[in-house]
Amino acid sequence: MSNPTFDRIQATVTENPVVLFMKGTPVFPQCGFSARVVQILSHMGVPFAGVNVLEDMEIREGIKAFTNWPTIPQLYVKGEFVGGCDIVMEMFQSGELATLLAEKEIPHKAEA
Amino acid sequence: MALSRADRIRTALETAFAPAQVVVEDDSAKHAGHAGARPGGETHYSVVVVSPAFAGQSRVARSRAVHAVLDVEFQGGLHALALRLLTPEEAARA
Repeated sequence: MSNPTFDRIQATVTENPVVLFMKGTPVFPQCGFSARVVQILSHMGVPFAGVNVLEDMEIREGIKAFTNWPTIPQLYVKGEFVGGCDIVMEMFQSGELATLLAEKEIPHKAEA
Repeated sequence: MALSRADRIRTALETAFAPAQVVVEDDSAKHAGHAGARPGGETHYSVVVVSPAFAGQSRVARSRAVHAVLDVEFQGGLHALALRLLTPEEAARA
């Protein structure tokens, strides 16, 4: 069965190598959890597309079902769900995020 | 007296994961006035679960297992859930 919202989400995560579904925008996050992931990606110099779910109710509800994940933010890399705020933060701290970005050939700053 | 959401979360996690350790903190007051907050609170929680049930599971799989157990709470107004999910071995190293 076709689901137009899922199709839009699938297109977004296919067309953009790194996508953050978030509340607010990368410049003006409107939620502390979203802000934390933006901070990590910015710190690592990762180019990413931010999707503001507060501006699109279909995406806001649809992304939860699409990912099978009840909360926002949600980070996608090369079409694969990586995690929400806790997971991204743990992976950043352990170095796993840098490893993942390298594996997926996503440009990012080397850790100093 | 009705059980608090924190009590229900703890009971659900204990039943599902036979954990060595469970910590449930209600952070709702810190988020009062933010999106997702409600007048009665009970919206924002931090949870730590240490359980052998997580062995061999990815971070995403562990979180999904917890989300599934707490689905009824998400339906009922649970808005944010910070998770730290470890096996006993990982907890010992942390």
